[in-house]
Amino acid sequence: MAFVNLTNVTYKYPLTQTPALQNINLRVEEGEFVALIGPNGAGKSTLCYTLAGFVPHFFKGELTGSVEVAGMQTNQSSLHEWVLNAGLVFQNPFNQISGAKYTVFEEIAFGLENIGVPRDEMKVRVEEAMRLTGISDLADRSPYSLSGGQQQRVALTSILVMQPKVLVLDEPTSQLDPIGTREVFGVIRTMAERGMTVIMAEHKVEWIANFADRVIALHEGQILLDGTPREVLTSDILLDKGFGISRYTSVARRARTLGLWKREGLPVTLEEAAEGFKNA
Amino acid sequence: MNIEISDLHFTYPSGVQALRGISLTIEAGEQVGIVGQNGAGKTTLVRHLNGLLHPTAGEVKIGDWDTRKYSVAKLAARVGYVFQNPDDQLFSRDVRTEVAFGPKNLGYPKEQVEALVSEALEMTELADKTEANPYDLSPTWRKMVAIASVIAMDTPIVIFDEPTTGQDAASVARIANVIRVLRERGKTVITITHDIDFCAENFERVIAMSQGRILLDGKANDVLGQEEILAATYVDPPQLARLGRRLGFKETVRNEEEFLAALKNMSA
Repeated sequence: MAFVNLTNVTYKYPLTQTPALQNINLRVEEGEFVALIGPNGAGKSTLCYTLAGFVPHFFKGELTGSVEVAGMQTNQSSLHEWVLNAGLVFQNPFNQISGAKYTVFEEIAFGLENIGVPRDEMKVRVEEAMRLTGISDLADRSPYSLSGGQQQRVALTSILVMQPKVLVLDEPTSQLDPIGTREVFGVIRTMAERGMTVIMAEHKVEWIANFADRVIALHEGQILLDGTPREVLTSDILLDKGFGISRYTSVARRARTLGLWKREGLPVTLEEAAEGFKNA
Repeated sequence: MNIEISDLHFTYPSGVQALRGISLTIEAGEQVGIVGQNGAGKTTLVRHLNGLLHPTAGEVKIGDWDTRKYSVAKLAARVGYVFQNPDDQLFSRDVRTEVAFGPKNLGYPKEQVEALVSEALEMTELADKTEANPYDLSPTWRKMVAIASVIAMDTPIVIFDEPTTGQDAASVARIANVIRVLRERGKTVITITHDIDFCAENFERVIAMSQGRILLDGKANDVLGQEEILAATYVDPPQLARLGRRLGFKETVRNEEEFLAALKNMSA
């Protein structure tokens, strides 16, 4: 049995006609880093909410099929039982920050307080998590005085500190500068290597190609493709459906029609592109 | 209408020195991308252009207007500003009313307001969504409403703060198209962005900021090729520029056409 199991999952938000997710079947192993790609409206955020238990507990609506993480099912557990199974980093950090705390340090400790972690251990875990995401210098600032990029790191840290079995992230780097993005991807990769299962909705194809183990392309609520970053991100099936593709893939595809790309497969990373063009 | 910024300093009430001596001229009709790490002062700088912030020292002039002597409402006739988060600027019950609000407030005659609104809705591909409540639309389309409502004001200068954040490929292409049309109409467009590939492909001039100062300012190809200097402000050169560098191209390339041309030259 895989660590994350979605079987025949279909979900409709309240008052809507069309399902946001349609017959999703998905198995993810422990410690895998899976990226979800797709145009806006494809169902990426809804799938994140479903894994994190917000569907069905918070959003209500109509869920069929089963969502299972580490042997527990969402519809048979309450949201407070689910928090240690799956933690969700929101797309907009402003929606995640509690509003109940005066400092970043307290904000990050908030989740641990709620599950009754002893004070000494809490302090160690908060400091360690802040070091990991590079925000130790923000500890005494108000969460609301921060820039979008800083808030996004706080939002990530406040979930990481909970050490959920599955880390679910909905575009966690949208407001970060390029090198900040690479750093955050690096942190998430490290968590996966330590055994945390990671599922991340993201548009930044170049970083997905460099860091994820596997990519799932969603389209109109269904899984269109599921495979390695290279298999999925270079597929012609993605063309004309509103998916972002890396400039390396796109330029090599054009070069191929000019006879300037001679390899069979198309590149997704800088390394693959540089190598392929050098030997052309 | 030129923008003249001379020795601009700005310190927030908290004591944070966000701008530390910026001097800059942007001529009418220029397309400028501003890049740099989080906290570099990019948003603080552009908020001086429509008078949301006033210099602690130095001067900002929009044409012949010193921003300290004109209200934000007056400056709105010269400088349009699309916020990073559309939810910070939308408030009307339907898309058409929202988009008409700006030009109406600027006192344009009714026919002109209608023409500007229709044109802005067309350009942003919102023509089939005019009756919708902006908050019933997806964030992608809300962003387009925010853009349309600023374009409809027909200001000579338009500012975009992180327009592509969280947008999918189709939406990014739509925004690039809006910027192209504005360029053809001779508008000045100033855009803050972390999306360096988008910046390379759509802006002739690029300014890189770091810690409240200008680090680099020049032609996109020259600025975006400066890998070591850009690293100081947490920016990587665009994907194709990096690839070109690895392949030994002499020039920095900024789009697929330039890349393919350089590649052909190499193999010729």
